[in-house]
Amino acid sequence: MSQIGTAAQPLRVAIIGAGPAGFFSAERLLKDSSMVIEVDMFDRLPTPYGLVRNGVAPDHQKIKSVTASFDRTAGNPRFRFFGNVELGRDISVDDLKDYYHQILYTTGAQTDRHLGIPGDNLIGSHPATEFVAWYNGHPDYRDLEFDLSQERVAVVGVGNVAVDVARILCRTREELMKTDIADYALEALSNSNVKEVYILGRRGPAQAAFTAPEAKELGELDDCDALVPADEAELDPLSQAAMAEADRADVRKVDIIQELSKRHPTGKSKRLHLRFLVSPTELIGDEHGRVKQMKLVHNELYATDAGSMRPRATDRTETLDVGLVFRSIGYRGLPLPGVPFHESWGVIPNNGGRVQGSDGALLGQYTAGWIKRGPTGVIGTNRPDANETVDNMLSDAREGLVLTPSHATADEALAFVGERQPCFVTFQDWKTLDEIELSRGKEQDRPRVKFTRVEDMLEALGKSCSS
Amino acid sequence: MKVRNILATKKGSLITIRANEPIRRAIAILVERRIGAMPVVDEAGQLVGILSERDVMRAAAQDENLFGRPVADIMTRSVVIGMPQDDVMSVAQTMLERRFRHLPIVDEGQLIGIISIGDVLKTQRDAYRGEADTLETQIIAEGEE
Ligand SMILES: Cc1cc2nc3c(=O)[nH]c(=O)nc-3n(C[C@H](O)[C@H](O)[C@H](O)COP(=O)(O)OP(=O)(O)OC[C@H]3O[C@@H](n4cnc5c(N)ncnc54)[C@H](O)[C@@H]3O)c2cc1C
Repeated sequence: MSQIGTAAQPLRVAIIGAGPAGFFSAERLLKDSSMVIEVDMFDRLPTPYGLVRNGVAPDHQKIKSVTASFDRTAGNPRFRFFGNVELGRDISVDDLKDYYHQILYTTGAQTDRHLGIPGDNLIGSHPATEFVAWYNGHPDYRDLEFDLSQERVAVVGVGNVAVDVARILCRTREELMKTDIADYALEALSNSNVKEVYILGRRGPAQAAFTAPEAKELGELDDCDALVPADEAELDPLSQAAMAEADRADVRKVDIIQELSKRHPTGKSKRLHLRFLVSPTELIGDEHGRVKQMKLVHNELYATDAGSMRPRATDRTETLDVGLVFRSIGYRGLPLPGVPFHESWGVIPNNGGRVQGSDGALLGQYTAGWIKRGPTGVIGTNRPDANETVDNMLSDAREGLVLTPSHATADEALAFVGERQPCFVTFQDWKTLDEIELSRGKEQDRPRVKFTRVEDMLEALGKSCSS
Repeated sequence: MKVRNILATKKGSLITIRANEPIRRAIAILVERRIGAMPVVDEAGQLVGILSERDVMRAAAQDENLFGRPVADIMTRSVVIGMPQDDVMSVAQTMLERRFRHLPIVDEGQLIGIISIGDVLKTQRDAYRGEADTLETQIIAEGEE
């Protein structure tokens, strides 16, 4: 066998998941000059970019421009995309071991944690992830229904996802028209009855995970007043003290929240209430099993041994009338068949990206992105994370610590994928879909009008197969 | 960013030593594994202290024949501990302020890992780099509008 990583025998890498972590990893691998490397990237969806397409809010189009750099990576002749191919459905880890020297899992975090309180599963209580995936046109979630005839909605959590959800609920039709929100969601949200939206954080303004620009944006909605109860905007003495050492960005965020707390309703049609230091303790249903109320307990903060601020329930409680609840208290990953998984954290256990089994590192298997470290950070945070993993992959490859596939050529892999999923989608195919979406968008004066069904995508590509 | 996001990528790297083992062995492990400190545990695996290079140096300055003595003699007993749900930014602040470089992490009474000031600073650096990267992408996109 020839030396691996040469023109005669390139190092063959499979990347599972076409989100930011997958693309940043591919970029680093393909830029390495010490070895010849070929990358095949798989995604269960026909469309690439992961949460940049299906997570990032439609009214944040600028952030999505990061895809231009992913496209440059995809243009490398040693890169191939196999969309509509799912690990666990169409291919297995054992299959991959037969065709690749290294396997990199970048499958992200796809589901929400439960609140773990009574009534969590009442009708009208949803994971925020599902709502996000729905308004972004994710094929698996497009047919979900949310009862937007309700006037009062609670969003549990103060991360950027919670803020996105609340903001989208408060946008006007005109504001949403400027986005690439799924067309059915545009209709549903335009006709929604929602009047009062509550964002509920269990800690104080200083600990909220959203950023200063996100807080500012809430105060600038066309037809929605953003309000904060004055007492909840105040910092407790411990948080106040911590502000002295805090980042400028955090100080600014607190300033913006405190400024909002001085505002009064100006008569806009909707109101967004940012609430702090409260935790839901129970959802109460009506006789049909629908959410009608949420019980809250007020919290106080205490510092842990290591200095972080945690909430502790007081004996003050409150009941909020709400007909719709979205929980956004942390994404978690899903286990992949045949890959180790840390149940309570929802990640693949790893050491610097090397997947760890019960007896140490698994040869040739790696991970990066949200499924590696958990759901934290912005898109760009996945770059240093991916670099760490890729550097370990390269160092292992140089030492010959790779899998020993019996079919280590690009042609054999192509034939194999075609056999398992005849309707796989190439990057060229995606670019065709992309152009159709953009041109449909142009007709309606919108950034794009998305395909939201896999069948429609395959049909537009002239692929007929029964999957 | 939470402590668990750091620990998730450090699986399998926790090295501990028993309180009754000789200091000689502890030093050998510190050198071999290139680490600056390790949690000290009892028979049941419960955290009873931490042994750092500093502890060894301090003891060596007083006793040239410390190698055969048990770790328990020189370890630091009052250990600040962290939890997986602690915020990395606050932990960084606490470590800098109180001048310690290693933080054992305990979850529901079980020692599950240790993070160093190096881990914390790397995580912070990567978070800032990531934010700058994303902001830059956005600003460039706005410029092209
Ligand atoms: C609602 C929301 C809003 C956000 N907004 C912003 C923002 O405004 N700005 C910002 O910088 N960051 C934002 N983020 C964060 C950003 O999206 C993440 O940091 C980033 O997407 C994580 O990248 P990843 O590659 O690890 O995972 P993902 O982006 O989730 O990509 C994982 C990919 O793997 C695929 N996959 C999963 N399982 C399989 C399988 N079995 N087989 C094949 N493929 C599979 C998925 O289809 C997906 O395409 C947001 C996140 C969310 C959830």
